[in-house]
Amino acid sequence: MATNREPEFNPQLAAFARSAITRRTALGGLAAVAATGFLAACGTPGKAPTASAGASKTPLSAPDLSDTEKVVNWSNWPAYMDVDGNKHPTLDAFAKETGIKVNYNEDYNDNDEFFAKVRPLLEGGQDTGRDLWCSTDWMVARMIRLGYLQPLDKTNIPNAANLEPTLANVEFDPGRVYSLPWQSIFAGIGYNPKSTGGRKITTMDQLLHDATLKGKVTLLTEMRDTVGLVLMEQGKKLDSFTAEDFAAALAVIQEAKDAGQIKAFTGNDFRDPLVKGDTAACVGWTGDFVQAKVDNPSVGYALPETGFTMSSDNLVIPAMAQHKKNAEKLINYYYDPKVMAEVVAYVNYVGPVVGLKDILLKSDPAMANNELIFPTAETLARGQVFRSLTVEEETSFNRQFQALVTG
Amino acid sequence: MALVVPGVRPVRRRAVRRRGTFTPLILLAPAMLWLTVFFVVPTFSLASQSLQTGDIDNGFVFAWEFQNYASALGRYWPQFLRSLLYAGTATVITLLLGFPLAWFMAHRSGKFKTMLLVLVIAPFFTNFLIRTLAWQVILTDQGWVSNVFRATGITGVLHWLGMVPNDSLMGSPFAVIAGLAYNFLPFMVLPLYTSLERLDLRFLDAAGDLYANGWQTFWKVIWPLSLPGVVSGTLLTFIPAAGDYINSKLLGNTQTVMIGQVIDSQFLRVLDYPLAAALSFILMATIIFMVSLYVRAAGTEELV
Repeated sequence: MATNREPEFNPQLAAFARSAITRRTALGGLAAVAATGFLAACGTPGKAPTASAGASKTPLSAPDLSDTEKVVNWSNWPAYMDVDGNKHPTLDAFAKETGIKVNYNEDYNDNDEFFAKVRPLLEGGQDTGRDLWCSTDWMVARMIRLGYLQPLDKTNIPNAANLEPTLANVEFDPGRVYSLPWQSIFAGIGYNPKSTGGRKITTMDQLLHDATLKGKVTLLTEMRDTVGLVLMEQGKKLDSFTAEDFAAALAVIQEAKDAGQIKAFTGNDFRDPLVKGDTAACVGWTGDFVQAKVDNPSVGYALPETGFTMSSDNLVIPAMAQHKKNAEKLINYYYDPKVMAEVVAYVNYVGPVVGLKDILLKSDPAMANNELIFPTAETLARGQVFRSLTVEEETSFNRQFQALVTG
Repeated sequence: MALVVPGVRPVRRRAVRRRGTFTPLILLAPAMLWLTVFFVVPTFSLASQSLQTGDIDNGFVFAWEFQNYASALGRYWPQFLRSLLYAGTATVITLLLGFPLAWFMAHRSGKFKTMLLVLVIAPFFTNFLIRTLAWQVILTDQGWVSNVFRATGITGVLHWLGMVPNDSLMGSPFAVIAGLAYNFLPFMVLPLYTSLERLDLRFLDAAGDLYANGWQTFWKVIWPLSLPGVVSGTLLTFIPAAGDYINSKLLGNTQTVMIGQVIDSQFLRVLDYPLAAALSFILMATIIFMVSLYVRAAGTEELV
């Protein structure tokens, strides 16, 4: 008993324990103070916190190694280039013609993901290892704003004169200083008659409210396409809608979502389920509908009467690119209608240069007469472009839309 | 106190101590460096980010912005609950499936033991994404699984339980939980197997001698002895499952969103880094809290 109790009454030991505790507490306190300082030091001060939001920043450029290193590093979306076996014939022809080797990477899967990948480098003024990539309109707008893109030297791109006149002056890049379109995209509605009971689905109203489609509808994660189609159906113009209009359109989608109508929000992956019939109807991009129809001829599509969204993916040269001139030569090469026709014949989107239809009428009349690839003037008149958003609007709309998607 | 074990020579302490002064430190250094650079520093940076305010154009400034935590919880508590629920259900399923499997492998498989072990690990030879995408094919609407489930009325039962939204299996809580359970099953089976394999079968004979029936033998002998395996198995399953977003993204629908998807969307799409960091921290804290409760309740701190 006595030996058991001894430590409790040993004043020396108690004092030692006390001092140990105090020392530990003090050390802990010190560590906490240090940690706090470290936390605060972690903030990323903005480039120009006081500058008015939206003011463009000057892009950085690197010494151009084009003449000594005959390469271009190009990041593009998957399935956005002509393919023959495991080769890209137009890229090979370019290498043969100019001696410039193109390192072609299909690592641009999603605007937001790609932005997250390159932002830290661009923000730090470093080379991204890429000379050329392909961003959607709104992402180009953001990158210009943040000073991430270099102006194109048009003297290296004489073929830029072939640009489709309707695409020459866009709101986010007047006079096409920083960007030239690669392909244009329409968003519409696709359906698989096997799963819709043989009915055609041609409006967003059907898509969002038809009870027989419940749980078999997909929409796009691309906010401008999904919300844009609903906005137009509500009679709003995409170049002039207000924040209230946007919220009202979102509410309609939210209601459908809460009712279990919507299976998923997708990127390019809407195609396979549509072909198989797991998805009865969806919002999607026209080039993929053309492809889906090849896989399953019964798939149908519609560009809604109330209007469809139009956008482009644009070739841009990032800040600090090492082979700018080579990249410009490559753009020039693809702006030759004969070359672009080969790409369009494979990817089935809408090419941005004039004279494509005449070339394809000779080589592939069925394609040249496909309304999704060469829309008639009447169809084109129904197309609308989502207006540029201010920084505040972009944040607010994104937040609302993502709350819906991940709600 | 010194326990004299016959046949073991007494250790020459002096020599060991002199040699051991720096060696452990040197051996530890790479791991410590690794953890510091890739865990401690990022954790601090995340903690800092979760208390910042600002936007992508003007930069983020540290401001003790605890509001981030309030809005993270206020807006996204349903996704938190859902993640814990799905991960918990998947863990229970893997335990129910994994226990008999591990027992069989440990004590009944004879010469096939090695082959069965390889088979359990075999799915890891394929990419995680591919394995999950394969479930899209398995559960596709016109596939035989769907047809059999429909014909036998299982789909109806699942629908009644709220596990599927209509007559298809894909795009449902059922598919998400099935995917989670499948993907994390090996994490459950392997620790269970190690635990059960070490179990001395003579204990079972002893239990029989003492008139224990099958259930009593399991509950009083096998289960307590397998607890270390059960605890590490459930932790290895539950923790990654709670933060997983691939299964819910690829197999779920818009009503099955888990917290990983929310963090992904806040980081990548909304570019609200502080909110995303706050969400990550809440997830971490919740899991640490639940795990410590669990380990304490299981009373196996020293066994894990």
